[in-house]
Amino acid sequence: MARVLVGVKRVIDYAVKIRVKPDKLGVVTDGVKHGLNPFDEIAVEEAVRMKEKKIASEIIAVSCGLPQAQESLRTALAMGVDRGIHVEVPQTQYDTLQPLHVSKILAKIAQDEKIDVIIVGKQAIDDDSNQTAQMTAALLNWPQATFASEITVEGNAIVVKREIDGGLETIKVKLPAVISADLRLNEPRYATLPNIMKAKKKPIKKITAADVGVDIAPRQQVLSVEDPPTRQAGSVLPDVDTLISKLKEKGHL
Amino acid sequence: MGAGRRDVIALYKTLLHMGRDYPQGYDFFRSRLKKAFQRNSDISDPEQIQSLVKRGEFVVKEIEALYMLKKYRTLKNRYSTEENPSKS
Repeated sequence: MARVLVGVKRVIDYAVKIRVKPDKLGVVTDGVKHGLNPFDEIAVEEAVRMKEKKIASEIIAVSCGLPQAQESLRTALAMGVDRGIHVEVPQTQYDTLQPLHVSKILAKIAQDEKIDVIIVGKQAIDDDSNQTAQMTAALLNWPQATFASEITVEGNAIVVKREIDGGLETIKVKLPAVISADLRLNEPRYATLPNIMKAKKKPIKKITAADVGVDIAPRQQVLSVEDPPTRQAGSVLPDVDTLISKLKEKGHL
Repeated sequence: MGAGRRDVIALYKTLLHMGRDYPQGYDFFRSRLKKAFQRNSDISDPEQIQSLVKRGEFVVKEIEALYMLKKYRTLKNRYSTEENPSKS
C-alpha cells in the first residue's frame, strides 16, 4: 500500500475578478474570496480515490503559505485526506516564494514521511507556474508523470495517460513517482458540511521552512504587476466606403 | 411536531452552507431558500415531509453538479488552446 502526499495551495477563488493593487506590486487579496486551487482539488480527489480502492494507506496534504492556508488544508481533509502539514510562511516571504522553494519542501517532507506517490495540481491558478511537480521529481530523482488525465496502478508501477498537444500519451513509471493532475483526471467531490466538521478533528502539523532545512529568503523583487491591456472600443460604420477608407487610414489595406 | 425535524434542519443547514458559493450571491440564495422552506412549514404529514426532504437532497446534488460544471467550464476556457474553447 502506497503512502501518498498531495500538495495544496490556497489561491484567490477562480470566479473572482482579479484587481491589481494601486501600488502595482501585487493583486488585491484582502477581503477577497479564496479557495483551494482547482487543480489541487483534482489531485486530492485522485489520492482519496486511491485510498478508497485500497491502493493508498495514508494521504498527507502539505500546504506552504500564510496562516490562512490552513483553510485549504481543512478543505482537503474534508475531502478525505488523513492529515495535514502546514509549512507556515510569513507574508513578507510569501510574496516571493518560488516553486523551487515549494519543491524543496515537498521533497524533504516526502523523504521524512517515506512517501511513495506525490500528487500535485499541474499548476496554481494564481501564478500559473507549472513547475512544482517537475522540480520535485528532479530533486528526489524520481520519475515524473505530468498532466495526468488517467492513472492506473499496476503493482509497483503506475500507468498514466498524459494530456499532450493534440492527444494523449501513455507512459509507465515506477514508484516512487511524482504526478501532476490535469483538468480531466477526475471530478472532485464537494466538501460537504458534515465532512468539514469532521475534518476539524483531523490533525494539522504546523512547521516552518527552516524546520525542513529550506532557505526561502527572497532572491527576487516584484517590480510591477499590471492589468492586461483592455480591448479598445469598436465603432459601427455606415457603409463599405467608409470601412475601406478607415482600413486604408490604419494601413491594413 | 418532531417527525423528520432533524432531517429538515440538516438539509437546511447543508443548503445554507452551499449557498456561500452560489454564483448570484449568498443573500440571493438565502432569501430564496428561506422562502422555499417557509412555504412548506405548515406540513405535518411525516410521509409528505420525507418526500420533500428527498426532493431537497436531490437539489443538493444538482447544486453540487452545477458548481462542478461551472468550475470545469471556466478552467477549460481559461487554459485550453483548442480552436473553439467555448464548447465543452
